[in-house]
Amino acid sequence: MTPVLDIEGLSKGFTLHHLGNQIAAFNDISFQVAAGEFVLLKGSNGAGKSTLLRTLYRSYLPQAGIIRFHSDHGPIDLARAADIDITHLRRTEIGFVTQFLQARPRVSAEAIVAEPLRLHGVPAEAALTRARAALATFGVKQDLWKAYPTTFSGGEQQKVNLARALILPQKLLLLDEPTASLDATARAALVSRLAELKAAGTALIGVFHHPGDVEKLIDRVVDLTPEITQTEERMDVDI
Amino acid sequence: MTLTLDAPRIVTTHPLVQVRNVSKSYGPVQALRDVSALAYPGEVLGIVGESGSGKSTLLRMMNLEETPDTGSYTLDLPDVSGNLFDLDRFARRMLCATCIGIVYQNPHLGLLMKHSSSGNVAERLLVAGERSFATLRAKASAALEASEFPLDRLDAPPIELSGGMQQRVQLAKAIALEPALLLLDEPTTGLDVSVQALVLDTLKRLQQERRITMVIVSHDLGVIRTLADRVMVMRGGAVVEAGLTDQIFQDPQHAYTQQLVHAKL
Amino acid sequence: MSLKTLTKPWEAMAYGFLDGSAKREIRRKMIKAIAVPGCQMPYASREVPMARGWGTGGLQVSLTLVNPTMRVKVIDQGADDSVNAASIRRFIARVAGAPTTMDTLDADLIQSRHRIPEEILRDDQVLVLQVPNPEPLRPVQPNMSIARQMHADADYGRMWLQLYEQIVRSGRVMQGASYPSLVHGRHVMTPSPIPRWDVPKLNMAQHLTILSAGREKRIFAVPPYTRVEPLVFSDVPYKVEDHADLTCHRSGTRGFFMNEIPQEDGSSAFEVSDSEWGVKAIRRRDGEEVALGETWYKNGRMPS
Repeated sequence: MTPVLDIEGLSKGFTLHHLGNQIAAFNDISFQVAAGEFVLLKGSNGAGKSTLLRTLYRSYLPQAGIIRFHSDHGPIDLARAADIDITHLRRTEIGFVTQFLQARPRVSAEAIVAEPLRLHGVPAEAALTRARAALATFGVKQDLWKAYPTTFSGGEQQKVNLARALILPQKLLLLDEPTASLDATARAALVSRLAELKAAGTALIGVFHHPGDVEKLIDRVVDLTPEITQTEERMDVDI
Repeated sequence: MTLTLDAPRIVTTHPLVQVRNVSKSYGPVQALRDVSALAYPGEVLGIVGESGSGKSTLLRMMNLEETPDTGSYTLDLPDVSGNLFDLDRFARRMLCATCIGIVYQNPHLGLLMKHSSSGNVAERLLVAGERSFATLRAKASAALEASEFPLDRLDAPPIELSGGMQQRVQLAKAIALEPALLLLDEPTTGLDVSVQALVLDTLKRLQQERRITMVIVSHDLGVIRTLADRVMVMRGGAVVEAGLTDQIFQDPQHAYTQQLVHAKL
Repeated sequence: MSLKTLTKPWEAMAYGFLDGSAKREIRRKMIKAIAVPGCQMPYASREVPMARGWGTGGLQVSLTLVNPTMRVKVIDQGADDSVNAASIRRFIARVAGAPTTMDTLDADLIQSRHRIPEEILRDDQVLVLQVPNPEPLRPVQPNMSIARQMHADADYGRMWLQLYEQIVRSGRVMQGASYPSLVHGRHVMTPSPIPRWDVPKLNMAQHLTILSAGREKRIFAVPPYTRVEPLVFSDVPYKVEDHADLTCHRSGTRGFFMNEIPQEDGSSAFEVSDSEWGVKAIRRRDGEEVALGETWYKNGRMPS
């Protein structure tokens, strides 16, 4: 099993200067993920699941620990990698799937979905064809393909989001509650696509409010719930 | 508290723009304190800060309008070498004309208000030596079209146009010579909110289509968040924090940055 | 008792009216102007017995250059016999004792307001042009200091912009006289209000041209064999006035710059502007032995 991610002693806390407050999110987390593995993050609300995902993506900066990612360019510690390297990896090897679409005004749904392929070098026509297929799989109606997602409902936007996020196989995929507010068709399409990516070797780490959706794909569970003996107050800080 | 980041290991291209240790005082006032910044080709660097932070001064220096007391400024381009602050006035003018485009907050600074809009753009091309009328017309129209300026107002003077349209003319003027670096100083400040959104949208599309390197100065976090790949926070003439846009907005480390980000409703 | 008996007859204070110091100043500025073709040199413009705006700049240059053997020709809009041309010619003759002529071929020094004669000038002839406004950038930049900086930086973008907008607005360049021209590939000058017809005569000419503005106190020059290129777009060629096929109704000469004379019936008659050329043509037609020099324009066109 080829290792993709090696997390060692990862800790994250927040210092809110104006409150003079320090909030711990998670402490001393270690685990590994191999190619084609699906790791589910578990834990009560506030245990730091979303925070961990974001820390792996470098939207958050960890306080201590190592995030060894086995990229196509060799192993690299994501916790300390230069901004430009992270930007490169996010474009090519690491994906982050959330509920929220970064809507770009006046770019059509199909163009948004095709973009990762085009940036990867796929010719425009072929990229569009695959994009349309992906949109269809997620249940986005054909007459919406050329429309601008900024005008879509939340659910529709999310489908576009997922279609885009999952169209190009990544080495590592981070999923933050992607099934929230999805209808049954879309959820099924998502699970099926995840299965495809998993079979092709993508490493997946996910936070799912209803893990039942992805039951069959889960290889391991990492529980972030702090020990009952710990009296430290933990809050999931959503900024 | 936080880990120090490594030097780039995967991306081997050099930064396009590098500003190193720039300091500037105006009498007793220190406008810039040991400021360093860089931007990679195709990146958008956002510089955010309140008035008096030095951000506009820094941008003016990047446009070679002023020189600092100390520090260097380099552009990684063919035929361009050395500290650009040391260039003589002729070399400076030529470099600014061909490699750098600028959009000012106040269109009166960047435009000849009473000349035609197409003429404003053509003037850039003329300064660079273009002598064919047909080419001037075609290239000016193309630049204005890329800036989503309505072509039926091609020859209207900016003084007759709305604020948003004036900014589009500035933008067209700035990109006409396809510069390597585009500088924008509060490009949407003062415009109506709906117009701001449209102008931002144009900038976003331009950046995606042409992959121009941009440095945008704004006190408006929304603008920075929409356009920038990386953000630099300035306060009192110094750089307080710098990092990826999503990281700066979601996990600000410095007290001042937290204050800025949290203040945004 | 009369004023005449009480006063001494008038005499010039110095040879050629201007004192030695004035002439030295003008000589030096002329040399400087020749050294940097097309660049305006400020000079200390002296008072002459003529109001500013009537050719004092040209007169100062002529008085500086003149010597008792030089044949002097003075024209105004091409005519030797105009009142102002005659006055200036008479004055120079009086204070310099120099012979005068109306024949271009015969002249050593030609002072002119707003025209260049039709016969090609030789390398032993000097043309002095009277200039009202020496600054070609004035319409686009009224501030003199900024305009000077623009010349220093060779920053002529606004000049070109003006021409661009003329074409956009009217379909052609509207500049009639004083067509801005690039001298020696470096400085843009106004060739003085000569018509577009005359500007090509300055390009790579054998003769020296001095342009002088007395009121504005600027001298500039086009040395012999120097490029003078009107500012044109590569795809909108320079056009001169449409006089190639016009005939002078008095002398019969054809294909030269004409003055248009409206007739009572609404039509126009044309008369050649270079009046002495017209006179010579009439004398030739009447059977006289008259030398007609080679002209820049042949059959109404300037060979390229």
